[in-house]
Amino acid sequence: MPSLRRAKPAAAQSTDAGPDTPPSLTPAELAAQRRKRRTGTLIATPGALYLLIFFVVPLGLITVYSFATRTSTGRTSLSGWNLNSYERIADDVIGGIIARSAWLAFLTTVLCLVVAYPFAYYLATRPPRLRARLLVLVMIPFWTNGLVRIFAIRFLLGSNGPASALSEAMGFGTFRILFTPTAVVLGMVYGFLTFMVLPLYVALERMDWRLVEAARDLYASGAKAFWRVTVPLTRSGIVAGCVLVFVPSFGSYVVPEILGGAKTLLIGSYVARQFQAARNWPLGAALSVLVIVAMLVAVAINQRNSANAERTQGVTR
Amino acid sequence: MSNLGTAGAKRSATHLLKANAWFVFAFLYVPIVVLVVFSFNDSERVNVWQGLSARWYGEALGNTQVISALRVSLIVAISSTIVSTVLGTAVALALDRYRFKGRRALDGTVYLPIVIPDITMAVMLLVFFAEAFKLIDTFGPRLTLGVTTVALSHIAFNISFVAVVVRARLDQFDRTLEEAARDLYATPWRTFRRVTLPLIAPGIAAGALLALTLSLDDVVISAFTAGPGATTLPVYVFSTIRQGVTPELNAISTLMLAASITLVVASLALQRPRSTTP
Repeated sequence: MPSLRRAKPAAAQSTDAGPDTPPSLTPAELAAQRRKRRTGTLIATPGALYLLIFFVVPLGLITVYSFATRTSTGRTSLSGWNLNSYERIADDVIGGIIARSAWLAFLTTVLCLVVAYPFAYYLATRPPRLRARLLVLVMIPFWTNGLVRIFAIRFLLGSNGPASALSEAMGFGTFRILFTPTAVVLGMVYGFLTFMVLPLYVALERMDWRLVEAARDLYASGAKAFWRVTVPLTRSGIVAGCVLVFVPSFGSYVVPEILGGAKTLLIGSYVARQFQAARNWPLGAALSVLVIVAMLVAVAINQRNSANAERTQGVTR
Repeated sequence: MSNLGTAGAKRSATHLLKANAWFVFAFLYVPIVVLVVFSFNDSERVNVWQGLSARWYGEALGNTQVISALRVSLIVAISSTIVSTVLGTAVALALDRYRFKGRRALDGTVYLPIVIPDITMAVMLLVFFAEAFKLIDTFGPRLTLGVTTVALSHIAFNISFVAVVVRARLDQFDRTLEEAARDLYATPWRTFRRVTLPLIAPGIAAGALLALTLSLDDVVISAFTAGPGATTLPVYVFSTIRQGVTPELNAISTLMLAASITLVVASLALQRPRSTTP
């Protein structure tokens, strides 16, 4: 930090600078700026340090573990790094689990988008008072205990549960969808739908509806105006929603454990097993790294997209 | 003619939108309502309705395992909420109004605990505690997973949620009020205490309530960072569900539902912008 303390030379330099540079700062202003900087560091440090110890370091450790070796007793040996755990990702069983997780997460995302887009559109086009009330109704399940909500689905769909009893009473016979991929997708849609609704709602609410009117005035049909104007303008919401649904669905653990069966083993449960009964921490770590990489890619796509959206919105204004 | 056609199309589109909205609300609420109704079912068997009774609530509250899990949950939730509210608010303030070294890195990292799948965060922390204990054991004390490790883990994700909520509040903040205070010769600390803090207090409270809710809801991270004696209520419920659905579980779930809905409604009321409150 010594270089920061030398205020005078810096101030002198800035007074020498040409007319295009921003107005130069007096030593007093520079000192104030420095003080502010120090205050910022001071305020941020405890939280940043906590995140460093309990998030960044664990992130690094799991990466290190993914290159480690499992000993015959199920312990993890950190000597002799290798790629064995990553090589196993390509084998049939694990590759199949990853493919299935990605496929079910994709289905969940598409279903959520198809249902949530018209829903968010409806919300965003209501009068403000009604809109606020409907939003509260959306938010309540969003923050309601996720485990209990998935349990509710399990209870509803169970072979002796209310849904089955109802269908039997109506003469359709019992139905069994519990412990199938269908039940898992249904549970994930139920659990993550609001993650899709909220960004779509924000994008639609912020949209400049005059652009749609302009398209209509230029004789675009309703459908054409929707696909060529509304959808592109809400793209940031669509991408954000898809990321927010795909990532937790891909790494989902609770939903397949409660609603799924042997045929719906997903990567989340498989990772958990490696750290529990199977005692293969390096393999579990390698799969976790895979999930984290998928997450980082999704977050990067989302950030690039929202940066683009901000730029184009700046242009239209 | 074509005008009539588009008007008709528009009306049917509106009807479809409305129908879809009803469908979504039904989808979101029906399973919860069914669960609540059946929690008052007197029957031993979950599928046979035998009349209204609070019998299973009595059974649930008389179950010592449930009560001790509830105790653990409350200890973890309250302690992690207090710490994460202080740290998260500080992070939000620093990110919103100061430039400092490492600001960009912090800005990027603070969102990750929100997006990362629970199971990944859980195993990361499990590995971390295993390594940390190995390191500490060489100096003497033997540490094991327990209530403390669960609370430490909850703080790790709650800091991020608090920071995001408080930052949203700071975004709407009228900075001229602070400038006015400073023009009237208030010290920075006094400005913070008398102007900034009262204005962002609803945001901080909303963040704290959210942290409390998330801590009480978490199952995966708790399951992996808890030792045998530190079972939280959601972890208890989760392990019991896997053995099958019982009426007692319905009652416990309904109680958890009631608790989290109360917290959410309180949090939403706090987050509402001032202008709309009557």
